[in-house]
Amino acid sequence: MSAADNACVESTQAGLAGEVWRALAEILDPEIPVISIVDLGVVKDVRIEDETVYVEFTPTFMGCPALESMKAQMEDAIRALGAEPEVVVVLDDSWSTDRISPAGREKLRAAGFAPPAPRSAGTPTLIQLECGPFRCPWCGSTDTRLDNVFGPTPCRSLRYCNACRQPFEQFKTI
Amino acid sequence: MSDRLDLVLALADDELILGWRNSEWTGIAPFLEEDVAFSSIAQNEIGHARALYELAAREVGTDADALAFDRAPEEYRSAPLVELRRLEWARTIARHWLYETADAIRLEALKESDDSELAGIAAKIDREEVYHRIHAEMWIDRLLASDDARPRLDEALEELWPYALGVLDDNLRPELVRRVEEKLGRAMPDAEPVSRGQHEAELAELLEEMTMVRRSAPAGARW
Repeated sequence: MSAADNACVESTQAGLAGEVWRALAEILDPEIPVISIVDLGVVKDVRIEDETVYVEFTPTFMGCPALESMKAQMEDAIRALGAEPEVVVVLDDSWSTDRISPAGREKLRAAGFAPPAPRSAGTPTLIQLECGPFRCPWCGSTDTRLDNVFGPTPCRSLRYCNACRQPFEQFKTI
Repeated sequence: MSDRLDLVLALADDELILGWRNSEWTGIAPFLEEDVAFSSIAQNEIGHARALYELAAREVGTDADALAFDRAPEEYRSAPLVELRRLEWARTIARHWLYETADAIRLEALKESDDSELAGIAAKIDREEVYHRIHAEMWIDRLLASDDARPRLDEALEELWPYALGVLDDNLRPELVRRVEEKLGRAMPDAEPVSRGQHEAELAELLEEMTMVRRSAPAGARW
């Protein structure tokens, strides 16, 4: 293959990779259907080799029942682009809630889920969860209290806002 | 069986069996927050078990469900601590905290492992376990602070102590003793560990219940 042909293949692949990223950005988290899997930061990499699109994907919580559904939706979206998908589930330390994009955090907040606190504060502790300045997604007050470390899904805690007297769900920092 | 497979199955079996036991509180915990907490912890533990079984399954050429559900009771590598059934609240909290404390020590060691795949999974599991430890320690503090609860918790801790020692290998056990004694501010008794390899009678009962659907529809149940 000539250099020109090589360049041509590379640009086609880059084009397809871009299309794949755009298609994946349309897939919403089945349990919080306001945020896409790309905003959630669970798509680590899109790579094209020969005719196959490899997607590296890291689940948020390991017991998340949405995992299979997300995987199936990614495969469907890639097939719809006329390519063969290979979704590789990566289980390591590389995903944390810090990978949620700024746009994703704002979408969570607008839907009534308080976005996770940054990990820079270190490993979460009970004192931090009880006394930290967690902001109510409804009224913006930080006069809130921890009701339960655990919530309706593995990724959420339950808090209560003393100012507007509304309970709300806090995305856990992991 | 390779040492690695043995280790991964021990971890996976602990998480699956304890996940099942924790889920037994769903709907009947002393109050709603604890229904939610124990159900959520159970879901996490079973998620960890799945990932570990998948790792083990690749080594032996089978799948995660076959390892989780198709083995004979004596083939499970779970520690007897996680097999105990229907504990009342003080014993549930005692087991929860003893297990999470032991598990933290084990995960810290695994995160440093040269086996990058296992170290990666351990690190991912540990991010979630932080919340289990927060929950367990909150309950220990709460029960220790009550004149009514403290003697009951102490009794439960004494009873389960030999089982807790059985979760870890000889090299990691002293660290468990250190952490437990530090938190409680007293010495724990010398005890012979109730070790992995022996099983509580309740395990067979649990497996009977857990594998019922699997056995009734070997080709896969449809809902």
